[in-house]
Amino acid sequence: MDLLLQLTGNGLYCAAGDFYIDPWRPVDRAVITHAHSDHACAGSRAYIAARPGEALLRARVGGEAAIQALDYGEPLALNGVRVSLHPAGHILGSAQVRIECGGEVWVVSGDYKLEPDPTCAAFEPVACDTFVTESTFGLPIYRWPPEAEVFAEIRNWWAANRQAGKASVLFAYSLGKAQRVLAGIHAGLEYADGPIYTHGAVENFCRLYREAGIALAPTVHASAAPAATDWSHALILAPPSANGTQWMRRFGPLSTGFVSGWMRIRGARRRRSLDRGFVLSDHADWPGLMSAIHKSGASRVWVTHGYRAPVVEWLRQQGTDALAIETRFEGEQDETGAESADPSEAGP
Amino acid sequence: MKAFAELYAALDATTKTNEKVAAITRYFSSVPPADAAWATTFLIGRRPKRLLESRKLAQWAMEESGIPEWLFGECYQAVGDFAETIALLLPPAQSSSNLPLSYWIEERLLPLRDTEDEARRASLVSAWREMDERQRFAWNKIITGEFRVGVSQSLVVRAVAAVSGLDAAVVSHRLMGDWQPTAAFWMQLVAPAAGEADVSRPYPFFLAYPLEGSIKELGGVGEWQVEWKWDGIRAQLIRRNGRTFVWSRGEELMTDRFPELEMLGAQLPEGTVVDGEVVAWKNGEPLPFAQMQRRIGRKALGARILSEVPVVIVAYDLLELNGEDIRERPLEYRRAGLEEIAPPDSALIVSPVVLADTWEELTARRQEARARKVEGFMLKRLGSPYRVGRRRGDWWKWKIQPYSVDAVLIYAQPGHGRRASLFTDYTFGVWDGDELVPFAKAYSGLTDEEIRQVDAFVRANTVEKFGPVRAVKPELVFELAFEGIQRSPRHRSGIAVRFPRMARWRTDKKAVDADTLDTIRALLPRPVDATPP
Repeated sequence: MDLLLQLTGNGLYCAAGDFYIDPWRPVDRAVITHAHSDHACAGSRAYIAARPGEALLRARVGGEAAIQALDYGEPLALNGVRVSLHPAGHILGSAQVRIECGGEVWVVSGDYKLEPDPTCAAFEPVACDTFVTESTFGLPIYRWPPEAEVFAEIRNWWAANRQAGKASVLFAYSLGKAQRVLAGIHAGLEYADGPIYTHGAVENFCRLYREAGIALAPTVHASAAPAATDWSHALILAPPSANGTQWMRRFGPLSTGFVSGWMRIRGARRRRSLDRGFVLSDHADWPGLMSAIHKSGASRVWVTHGYRAPVVEWLRQQGTDALAIETRFEGEQDETGAESADPSEAGP
Repeated sequence: MKAFAELYAALDATTKTNEKVAAITRYFSSVPPADAAWATTFLIGRRPKRLLESRKLAQWAMEESGIPEWLFGECYQAVGDFAETIALLLPPAQSSSNLPLSYWIEERLLPLRDTEDEARRASLVSAWREMDERQRFAWNKIITGEFRVGVSQSLVVRAVAAVSGLDAAVVSHRLMGDWQPTAAFWMQLVAPAAGEADVSRPYPFFLAYPLEGSIKELGGVGEWQVEWKWDGIRAQLIRRNGRTFVWSRGEELMTDRFPELEMLGAQLPEGTVVDGEVVAWKNGEPLPFAQMQRRIGRKALGARILSEVPVVIVAYDLLELNGEDIRERPLEYRRAGLEEIAPPDSALIVSPVVLADTWEELTARRQEARARKVEGFMLKRLGSPYRVGRRRGDWWKWKIQPYSVDAVLIYAQPGHGRRASLFTDYTFGVWDGDELVPFAKAYSGLTDEEIRQVDAFVRANTVEKFGPVRAVKPELVFELAFEGIQRSPRHRSGIAVRFPRMARWRTDKKAVDADTLDTIRALLPRPVDATPP
């Protein structure tokens, strides 16, 4: 019997509905889970995506692209296959793809997290027979601290740097993580700690978030700031690829921090020669993965993108039918870029 | 434990020495003396005898976390640090300990010495439950004896000097020798006037800097005393109160390892401290360092090993004469004293002075180094005092060029700590006919960027996996440098080298261009006398 989804040379394909999910080469019809570049490839003839992420996807795949936007939960029939999108909690407009055909239900999670995030709709468990899950942080060492603690740590670091007369350069992925930091850093406070500047890659996505009605702390594009700017009180948000570049020179004495799930491991921080690591991720941690898998009620789990082998082995030992499937990245995961490897983050 | 865990985190969060010293100073001035004493112990790399086996610790951590062994292994691979892996895997913390470090060591850790496994397990699991995640990590670091946080002894000395107002040299001296980490010790350490000097206490070693730039920049050859640089174990031989002590540079008391030197001590005048190199020595010349390692490796020193590998101390300097600290006196004065106290035909050989009228002559004589089985020259400025630690200016080491060989990367495995989950530990092969035989392992010498490139190569070119070890396509060629070479029946190539490291990535060479085992065999010294198998 043919499976509802198959892994092809272009990615996951639904033959019955004739569409791909997050294909890695241009195809006729692509259902996109979210606008990170490793999931949204330009050049397809038609795209289907969740409405809140439409503008982000357009920025990624080009203004002329044919994008059909669906509200979360809104069904679409494609050759008798019922397709709907449901919040994944990863970034603005991120979606799980639910596919139903002949009474069988599949859900492709894309990237997701279970923690609340003021910049996007919260993850919704969707019941299914087969759940295709990511596994970026699929080891039990990955367990996220409460978000409020992490923001307090970031503020304390920033305050200590201000006192020492150093600029605070905080690296965060330019789409999603940077905006989550900007939405959360002053949440519940009545005052701002100081001016926040952004790298161009971050600023572009901030504009799209604000246009979508997401409240972010005010920011100034660093490259547009006057030459005489005093950076010693500033927080500067930049993509990780800006570390060590010419662009950093303008800030004078500075301390560097990185907001990422990888910062849970000391070695990952020390290898990058960063002063501080802040553990905040837009991916599910180990308990999150297990909880999402459990709540899906799926009897079969496909595991993609990350620590596939340990997750599959663990699930099998728990009695779940699990299988590892290839991701678009050939070879094995290199942790240095796995959390949203984003080509738009190269250069200033 | 709170303050100590915070200290660990603060030290871990910076690579700047000033910030580290500031963090240690803050810690010392805010905790009870017993805590300061214990922290000093750990920071300078001493530790109580290891009480718990890693295997057991891992097993208890797995039980407490509900993690099977294979998954623990996967996690350890990703983290690269045992103590950290456990801290990350334990169930989320429910509490945090306000009890002092000394309580955790003295009341909780040390008593485990006299208990059975079950009681140890219960005590350890309970300790984990009483601590938060950071505390668990610092605690695990202590109990596994892997306490490395990038703090050198000199940073600790600076911090103690800062809180006590003492001179760093005084603190250094007080930290040497045998002491117990107690509140009383800490009070003595920071006390204004020197307390009773411990009879066994050595002086801090003065270490030479490698010579940079041209030898001519040192001025006239006549301003320098030149000696051969011997390859052995740097040590101080102390004779005080009718007793003899031998300290290694790693501050290990090694008297009982060297009965020859203990006998020598009895021939020295009261109140003598000699700085020198303990060298395996036979028929008037050094034995290969591997022989010394063989001897050090023996638990019991039988008559056979003592006669096969006898040791001497090749004396460099005299630090104490007739009970007086003479380190501030000029080199010539100390050298004269050394020659005067040296007993004839004993296990003390005064390091011979090499005479040369010009730098050119000296440079030429440096070529004798390999035949003499030494590492090169030591240059000591006449008139200079015996200083503390590694300082530029008065002592230089001028080593001979290392051996070098082009070899092919054949195996790689992930490193530890900041190199975890990167392939950084390499095995290199050289040609034996049309086969590459493993020849040396090397871990150091590449830049971070080069490591990343090699890591990517390993991932893309793995041909076989053996546990964490990858066999890779033989393609990358590196120039390996090493100091010594000798025959070894334990190595497949039949050769063992000393201090191998990567000198250069030879991107200009292909695997076929690498050296052969025959060329390397040609570097072997001719057999001296029949060394026992």
